[in-house]
Amino acid sequence: MSEKPVVETHDLTKTYGKFTAVNRLNLRVAEGEVFGLLGPNGAGKTTTILMLMGFCEPTSGAVLINGYNPLREPIKVKSIVGYMPERIGFYDDMTARENLEYTGRLNGLAGSGLKSTIDELLEVVGLRERANQLVGTYSHGMKQRLGIADVMIKRPRIAIFDEPTSGIDPEGTDQVLNLIRSMAQQKVTVIISSHQLHQLQKVCTGVGIFSRGQMIASGPVDKLGREALRKGHYHVILPIAQLADRVRDEINKIAGVRSIESVADSTVIAADEDISGELGRVVLEATGLKVQMKVEEFELEEIYMKYFEGS
Amino acid sequence: MNGLLEVFRKELADSFNSKRFIILFMLVYLAGIATIYIAAQNIRAAVGDATSNIFLSLFVVSGKDLPFSFPLFMSIFIPIVGIALGFDAINSERTGGNLSRVLAQPIYRDSLINGKFLSGLTMIAVLVVSVVAIVAGLGLRLIGVPPEAEEILRLFIFVLETILYGAFWLSLSLLFSVLFKKTSTSVLASIAVWIFMFLFMGIIANLIAGAAYPIGQDSTVAQVADYDSLYRMISRISPGTLYSESIQAILLPMMGSSSPTMMMIGIYSGLMPSPLPLSQSLVLVWPQLVGLVALTAVCFDIAYIVFMREEIRST
Repeated sequence: MSEKPVVETHDLTKTYGKFTAVNRLNLRVAEGEVFGLLGPNGAGKTTTILMLMGFCEPTSGAVLINGYNPLREPIKVKSIVGYMPERIGFYDDMTARENLEYTGRLNGLAGSGLKSTIDELLEVVGLRERANQLVGTYSHGMKQRLGIADVMIKRPRIAIFDEPTSGIDPEGTDQVLNLIRSMAQQKVTVIISSHQLHQLQKVCTGVGIFSRGQMIASGPVDKLGREALRKGHYHVILPIAQLADRVRDEINKIAGVRSIESVADSTVIAADEDISGELGRVVLEATGLKVQMKVEEFELEEIYMKYFEGS
Repeated sequence: MNGLLEVFRKELADSFNSKRFIILFMLVYLAGIATIYIAAQNIRAAVGDATSNIFLSLFVVSGKDLPFSFPLFMSIFIPIVGIALGFDAINSERTGGNLSRVLAQPIYRDSLINGKFLSGLTMIAVLVVSVVAIVAGLGLRLIGVPPEAEEILRLFIFVLETILYGAFWLSLSLLFSVLFKKTSTSVLASIAVWIFMFLFMGIIANLIAGAAYPIGQDSTVAQVADYDSLYRMISRISPGTLYSESIQAILLPMMGSSSPTMMMIGIYSGLMPSPLPLSQSLVLVWPQLVGLVALTAVCFDIAYIVFMREEIRST
C-alpha cells in the first residue's frame, strides 16, 4: 500500500452513550483496491461506512475520501462515491428505468446521454427485459442488481457496498459478486462489508477484520492467514499416536514445518505449505511405514473463526 | 441548489399521479361546487338591498340545506390536504430504503426536505387556485353580478391566506414525518393535533376565560369585553382560529372588528357597521397572517434541524 490512499480514516471513533460502535479505526484503502470489511453483525462495519459517507458524525477522529472531509464537502465526496445501502430500496411505483433516471438526474446527467447510459447498465446487470416494469414487482435479488446499476450510473471512483449479498440466493449472490468484480476491473476502488467470508475471499484484494468496533487485523487475505495461524497454514495429520524422537527430528528438518503435536491417536504437523510428499518420504525412510496422511488447508473462514474465538 | 429542482419535479409528478390526490381534489371540488350552488340560491335573501360586495357574499353565504359556507369547508379540508401531502414525506423514504440511496447522490441533504415542502406547497396552491377559480366562475354564471376590482383583490388575498393555512399543516405533518419513524404514527399525530385544534381549543378557551371572567345576565360591557379578549387570546393558539379570523375580515368587509361578540355589542349599542376599505381589512388581519407564517416557520425549522442532524441509517 505504497500508493496514496483514496479512503483513509485517522483514529475514527463513534460512541453512542457508553457503547463504542467504532473504536480508533485507522483504515487505508489504496486506489484500485477491493477492500472487504469483515465481521459479525454489530462489529461496527455499517457505522464505519456511514461515517465514510458523511451520514453520521464521528465522535472523534477524521475521515478523508480522496482528500475531502465528507461532512464538510459532501458534494465533492458524493459525486465520486457510489453507495449501496444494506436494505436498498427503490420507488416501488416507478419502473426500474424511471428510478435510474431519477438517480442520474440527481447526478446532473440528462438527455440522450443518460438514456444510453441507463440502457447500457440495465444490459450489464441483466434487467434489460424488465426495465419498464414497476420495481414493486421485482425480487430481492433483482433489486440488488438494480442497486449496482444505481451505483454505477454516476461512474464512481469509489464504490461502497454494505452487505450486498445478504438475503439473496446463491445464484443471485454470484451475479452480484461478478458485477462487483467487473467494477473493480474498471479501476474502481471498492469497499464491501460482509459477514460471509468466503464471498469476500472471491473478490477482495485486502480484508479488515472487525470485532467490537475495532479492526483487529487487516491486510491481504494470504498474509492474514499466516498472521492468524502462527503455527502454519497447513495441517498434515499422521495416523500415528507417538513418533519416535528420531523421526521427529527428521520431520523438523523439512522446510516450513512449524510444530509437531500429538493429538489423541494421531500426530498433527503444522507447516507453511503442503509438505505431505516430503513427509511421506521421510516417514517411509525412518520407519519403513507407508502412512496415509490427511492434509488440511486453512481457509480464511477458519482464520476468521479463530479470531473470534479469541475476542 | 444541488438537486432541489430534481427532487421538486419528482415529488410534484408523484403527487399529480397519486390516487390520494385525485380523491382529495374531487372532495374539495365537490364541496366548493355544492356550497356555491346553495349560496347562489340563498344570496338574494342574504344580501338584501346592499349594493356593494355582492359577488364576495357568494363565498360567505350558506343555506338551510347546507349550513357550511365555502371558507368553512376550506378550513376543514385544507388541513386534511396539508397532512396528506406531508405526513409520510421523510419516513416513507426511510422505510422504503430510498433515503440513504438518494442522499448518497451529490445533493445537499436539505434539498430533499426543501424540495418536498415546495412541491407540497405547489400542490396546495394548485388546489386552492383551481377550486376558487371554479367556484368564482360558477358563481358568476349563477348570479350574473360581475365582481368589482376590490372584490377580486379580496379573493386573491383569500387565496393567499388559504395557501398559507395549508402550508402550516404541511409543515406540521412534515415535522411529524421526520420525528416519527412510522407513517402510521405520524399520520395519527397530525390528525390528533388537527382534532385538538379544531374541536377542543374553543372549549378550553371558553373554560379558562369563563373561569377568569364569569359572564351572567347582569354583566357589564367591560366584563364581556374582558371575557372576549381572553377567550380570543387563548383560541388564537389554534391556527384554525387565525385562519378563520383572517378570512372573515377579508371576505366580510362589513365586519368592523374581527370579533363577532364585539360586533354584536356595537350593533346593539346603535353603531351601524359600514364596509371597511381593503387597506383597513388588511391592517386587521396582519397579526393573524404573521402568526400563521410564524407557526409554519417554527414547524418547518424544527423539522429541518432535526433532519439535518439525523443519522441516515438504511435500517
